[in-house]
Amino acid sequence: MEKKRNMAVTIAGVAFKNPVMTASGTFGSGMEYGEFVDLNKLGAIVTKGVANIPWPGNPTPRVAETYGGMLNAIGLQNPGIDVFIKRDLEFLKQYDTKVIVNVCGKSVEDYVEVVERLSEQAVDMLEINVSCPNVKEGAIAFGQKADALYHITEEIKKKAKQPVIMKLSPNVTSIGEMAKAAEAAGADAISLINTITGMKIDIHKRRFALANKTGGLSGPAIKPVAVRMVYEAAHAVKIPIIGMGGIANGEDAIEFLMAGATAVSVGAMNFVNPYATEETIQGIEEYMEQYNIEDIREIIGCVE
Amino acid sequence: MKKKKKETAVVYSQKETAQGIFDMWIETPLAGNAHPGQFISIYPKNEATLLPRPISICEVDEKKERLRIVYRIAGQGTREFSSYEQGDSISILGILGNGFPLEAAEGKNVFLMGGGIGIPPMVQLAKELAAANREAGRDNSNIKIILGYRSELFLHEDLMQYGQVYIATEDGSKGSKGTVMDAIEDNRLKGDVIFSCGPMPMLRAIKRYAAENGMTAYLSLEERMACGVGACLGCVCKTKEVDHHSFVHNARVCTDGPVYLAEEVDI
Ligand SMILES: Cc1cc2nc3c(=O)[nH]c(=O)nc-3n(C[C@H](O)[C@H](O)[C@H](O)COP(=O)(O)OP(=O)(O)OC[C@H]3O[C@@H](n4cnc5c(N)ncnc54)[C@H](O)[C@@H]3O)c2cc1C
Ligand SMILES: Cc1cc2nc3c(=O)[nH]c(=O)nc-3n(C[C@H](O)[C@H](O)[C@H](O)COP(=O)(O)O)c2cc1C
Ligand code: FES
Repeated sequence: MEKKRNMAVTIAGVAFKNPVMTASGTFGSGMEYGEFVDLNKLGAIVTKGVANIPWPGNPTPRVAETYGGMLNAIGLQNPGIDVFIKRDLEFLKQYDTKVIVNVCGKSVEDYVEVVERLSEQAVDMLEINVSCPNVKEGAIAFGQKADALYHITEEIKKKAKQPVIMKLSPNVTSIGEMAKAAEAAGADAISLINTITGMKIDIHKRRFALANKTGGLSGPAIKPVAVRMVYEAAHAVKIPIIGMGGIANGEDAIEFLMAGATAVSVGAMNFVNPYATEETIQGIEEYMEQYNIEDIREIIGCVE
Repeated sequence: MKKKKKETAVVYSQKETAQGIFDMWIETPLAGNAHPGQFISIYPKNEATLLPRPISICEVDEKKERLRIVYRIAGQGTREFSSYEQGDSISILGILGNGFPLEAAEGKNVFLMGGGIGIPPMVQLAKELAAANREAGRDNSNIKIILGYRSELFLHEDLMQYGQVYIATEDGSKGSKGTVMDAIEDNRLKGDVIFSCGPMPMLRAIKRYAAENGMTAYLSLEERMACGVGACLGCVCKTKEVDHHSFVHNARVCTDGPVYLAEEVDI
């Protein structure tokens, strides 16, 4: 007899059928990968970052492969909140999965505008990408200073109708400090890690591989850094954590859960295996079978 | 539209047909969905090189469920592919991209222009245009195939059966010395529609030439890709109008392209 195993997790009162989500920017709004996987099976779809107005993004080349990973400098190209609500959220309504909208902006006001526009929409949670350049403060990302992170979190929490996930940048000295700042300002959850800033030079052409010179590193190459940061954040705060960074399968996901994440996201590995999200869910199930785990929550943060 | 899939294909044959140029047939049920100008992405087995490599469909054998690709060794991924032998299995993603609009050539004088590693997609394109001629009881005198090489030729013999072939080489060793544009001039070619694929300077020259000569040109663009399916926004090109998907002046080469009407793109 097969035992009923529980894969459901709850974050800030939102119940997810399983802990596997998509990492923002790697899955669009699900339209493209919906040709490969059954979106109904996913714990949540986390959308590409959306701003108050359309953003054209960076010049190309925007992506470059690196050893076991990739750099990207898409520049948060997005169609703006109006189109997003009409098209992407309408599309997502067809599916029995949770919807988390990733929000970007160049000033606190930009973020708040998007958050307010989403307040009446069919959106389960908001994920705030604080790795965007803060134009007002001189292009330093909001996520790189604890006081700036505290401020933006607080302002967003004042207006947000849905629970707020603050997505942390790994490009900081102490991830624990950043996690604490987000928690203290009222964040309902945190997600990490965003990409690690990197650079690649084409030695034959004597040029940067990316038009933007620098880009964000993602993929298996960053996984150990991500696991360490999830572990540190989990020990710094009490709010739930969504972990990501190079997850390709169930085993990778389990590692993040054991480090203290309540849920995980599959990002760049979707590009390598368009079925990666579904296979990660399956892999977790198989692991639970193998070790006779009845409830996935048993293993969250089990490695002290 | 047929669903895209990641599939395991089997190498049917592979040979080096010119220095560093490999010609491979693979067996895959995806062959039945392929249209000229579309492409597949091939995943290297080496896990350090994660991303799939976009390679044009050179020729299709629908009945035998085979696809032909012709590629140049450009780096680690293509070097790995060149070592594959008959019976090896490979992971591919396909069928990707929009392809050339064959109907634009209907009853027209058409130039098929390929430069270097942009030549492969011309084979299936020429084959289908020739088949349409045959069906309509016409000969292939409306098909002019203009090929540009550095020096060593490849695929020119395959293409001769579908139309008149004109060649340009950079070193002048065969045909016109220079580029495909020199071959047009040397042979005083005239036409209505251009289908082209090749390096950016060639595509820019074609765009200019078509505008000056009242021709309709379709360009197949190349861009760095990650997902290949339209999700990551890595592979965009600049568009004249606001794009229907992105709502900015950017279109995704992997899904909205790689083939664009020349005046639609800013290159
Ligand atoms: C739509 C399309 C069709 C193509 N068709 C063909 C073809 O039929 N034959 C052929 O020989 N080549 C073709 N190319 C180019 C081919 O994709 C590259 O030569 C190949 O990806 C190089 O991979 P590599 O691992 O050998 O090189 P590396 O330099 O090691 O590759 C590193 C990364 O850069 C990417 N990359 C490198 N060069 C290019 C390039 N020129 N265009 C896009 N991505 C690149 C690779 O995919 C990989 O992600 C096509 C490209 C596109 C976009
Ligand atoms: C192409 C690409 C686009 C991304 N876009 C966004 C984005 O819009 N907003 C965001 O918060 N993170 C974005 N990210 C970061 C991912 O969501 C994720 O945090 C990071 O890539 C690490 O996970 P991975 O290694 O599984 O990809 C992007 C990553 C990639 C590769
Ligand atoms: S490669 Fe991802 S959108 Fe084209």
